Amino acid sequence: MSVSSVALSSGARRLTLRGIALFYLLAILIGPVIVVCWRTFDQGAGHVWDTLTDSNTIHAFEMTLLVTAIAVPVNTVFGIIVGLAIVRRNFPLKGLLNAFIDLPLALSPVVVGLSLFLLYGRGGWFGDWFEAHGIQILFALPAMVLATIFVSLPFVAREVIPTLREIGDEQEQAARTLGASAWQTFRRITLPSIRWAVIYGVVLTTARCLGEYGAVAIVSGRLEGQTETATLRVEDRYTNFDLAGAYSIAVVLASMAILVLIAMTLLKPKEEAER
Amino acid sequence: MTAFLSVIVVLPIAAVVWESRRDGAASFWDVVTSPGAVDALKLSLGAAAVVALMNAVLGTITAWVLVRDRFRGQHLVNSIIDLPFALPTIVAGLTLIALYGPRSPVGIDVFGTRVAIGLALLFVTLPFVVRTVQPVLLELDREMEEAARSLGAGELTVFRRIVLPNILPGILSGVALAFARAVGEIGAVVLIAGNLQVASVFIFTHIESGDRAGASAVAVVLLTISFAVLLVIGGVRRLATRHERV
Amino acid sequence: MSIEIQGIGKRFGDFVALEDVTLEVEAGSLTALLGPSGSGKSTLLRIVAGLEQPDAGTVRLDGEDVTVTPPQARGVGFVFQHYAAFKHMTVRKNVAFGLEVRRRPKSEVAARVDELLELVQLRGLADRYPAQLSGGQRQRMALARALAVEPSVLLLDEPFGALDARVRKELRRWLRRLHDEQHVTTVIVTHDQEEAMDVADRIALMHEGRIQQIGDPRELYDAPVNDFVRSFFGPVVETADGLVRPHDLSLSHEPGPTSFEAMVTRVVHLGFEVRVDLLDADGRAFSAQLTRDEEAELELESGQIVFVSPRNGVDASVGTPGLGVGDEVVE
Repeated sequence: MSVSSVALSSGARRLTLRGIALFYLLAILIGPVIVVCWRTFDQGAGHVWDTLTDSNTIHAFEMTLLVTAIAVPVNTVFGIIVGLAIVRRNFPLKGLLNAFIDLPLALSPVVVGLSLFLLYGRGGWFGDWFEAHGIQILFALPAMVLATIFVSLPFVAREVIPTLREIGDEQEQAARTLGASAWQTFRRITLPSIRWAVIYGVVLTTARCLGEYGAVAIVSGRLEGQTETATLRVEDRYTNFDLAGAYSIAVVLASMAILVLIAMTLLKPKEEAER
Repeated sequence: MTAFLSVIVVLPIAAVVWESRRDGAASFWDVVTSPGAVDALKLSLGAAAVVALMNAVLGTITAWVLVRDRFRGQHLVNSIIDLPFALPTIVAGLTLIALYGPRSPVGIDVFGTRVAIGLALLFVTLPFVVRTVQPVLLELDREMEEAARSLGAGELTVFRRIVLPNILPGILSGVALAFARAVGEIGAVVLIAGNLQVASVFIFTHIESGDRAGASAVAVVLLTISFAVLLVIGGVRRLATRHERV
Repeated sequence: MSIEIQGIGKRFGDFVALEDVTLEVEAGSLTALLGPSGSGKSTLLRIVAGLEQPDAGTVRLDGEDVTVTPPQARGVGFVFQHYAAFKHMTVRKNVAFGLEVRRRPKSEVAARVDELLELVQLRGLADRYPAQLSGGQRQRMALARALAVEPSVLLLDEPFGALDARVRKELRRWLRRLHDEQHVTTVIVTHDQEEAMDVADRIALMHEGRIQQIGDPRELYDAPVNDFVRSFFGPVVETADGLVRPHDLSLSHEPGPTSFEAMVTRVVHLGFEVRVDLLDADGRAFSAQLTRDEEAELELESGQIVFVSPRNGVDASVGTPGLGVGDEVVE
């Protein structure tokens, strides 16, 4: 039987595929990031410093960190509770619950922002009630937090659920037969067994919170010095023709992203080993 | 927990749906078929579809290279794939403007064009297919490929008849996720698209101008697409395990 | 088709899988590559198939050098230990695969598939998926698939290793019958000595990447060339002269020129044979095997001291130093 002619030898084929993949990554991911880093320091570090020490910019970073600091723990607790409920219990509409948890991943942030706008804005379902009680939701921190919680909802849950599934509940059953209460079992058996899944989920959640733009842009009103986050500030600087300023903030955010990426890389194998 | 979920997710979604129907079905239809809305939706859907298909091919190739190839720096490359998950989308858009905009160091300026939108969407959707295909490739029984070769199948046939059918569910779920993400993306496209309006920008501007009904109508279309994608992914999951069910 | 393997060497990093392996397989024969794990037998088989490339040496099929020919072009059928079933295809499509790849007309393919399914007795399961089959059924399908393209050589890599004992024995017999009918040159890799002896015309025993001995089953049992071969093929007892089979020991109440002392600990009657458990002067336990009559003559009792020596005419080979195979090797 003759060898059917293959267009490329196996060595050439491998190099071609490798080349395509690497070029693709270079053109789309790596190249742009490098250019920004290079361009930022093009004009020298002075302008970078000015931008970053501007009080509005500092406030913007503070807002980002504040919102993140609230949203992450909330979603972590939610993620663990929901994860346990879905894996260990049976209840009606479980599938629907699963779908709603995945929804933020498939949903445009703008739709999220709009939905909150409709609920809490003037004439909205709850807007008038809150306004009557002097509580400001929209164009203030509460709405920004709600938006950020919505968009970063799934991450901890989605890491915890498969891990819980894999490890099973035998250890927990053993603990209960040894006399441990529900809380003790949770704290001393369950929680440690999903530790790395939770941590990995927290890292993903944090990254999402730090990077949120669309939903927060709508509900915050983008008030400089008040309800601007770092990502909103980047856009603000850009549209005000302060390109270097925008780059500076972007570089700080990108550095945070690199740290997140490093954390992800280090944690992924641990999380996988846990399963 | 149910209360939490309701407050955070269910009620807001319900509000959007409600708002879009507030002035009645006819008005909803009018808004959705108005030229601005139609153009925005066409642009979003078209760009998302093209990008999803490109991801299917390029993402699979990338996953293949990461799983089957061996070269220096491979681990680093593998980590970089997750960059779009870690990087704020607005920053992503900015980096693309820097390389492919008015002051491009490589002389490519696509600012304000559909290509720019495509690039932005490629950036944010890059990890999806790669990450859904990788685990499937890793788990694939290499002996099936060896058996096929021993039976006389050439490399292309081995890929087409043995590998592809088995990684197809992975590709499909990645494509679905990429499509959903791309159709609703705002941060990465808002700067580089210039005057071109995608659906998400349409919604944005209509909220700012006080046209809640208009914004909601288009938002409902996006919402429906999101739900549809989730259904597709669920279906793909069932498809993937059909041969294993005894 | 005959197989000629000359001077094959293969390393994986620092690990030497094969060293200077030379072997001839006669056309139409059934040869077993036998050996413990790590002996290199699977690697050798895969090199013959073209699934691995050797670092040194050549492989010839019917005189033609195929060392660098890809597996697609060698015309060898390969059966894997874990079946390598195409899990996304039905049994029928699995078996048809090789023929479809060769662009045979549909009717021809269908006829041949039916013929083979009949042969392996899977006719009724043709439209099932591999996941719905038992291990034995999957392996029969794999055999049918490999035979469909009429290979000139059939290679089986521990084909029954993943199956339970009863199925293993059945399929083993069935494979031999198949070979007797079809006369395809077959090489089977196994670590099970009983399987090799049951099924093969010739056995090549391998250890640590080298061939120890090649011969028919009787030769390897009766005339092993070294201690490894001897102890691989059955229980052995270490004596001053070397390794001896339990049934080649004779016991006596009188000392003899080559005898040593041992104490009887237990006499076990196993039907026609009698096993006598003994302890030698160093406290090591071993067994001798006598016929009923021999034991009756001696009237052995637990606690007695007797004199043990190899029977007349038995040649105990001097062991390779450091091989360390003494003591009872349990079957």
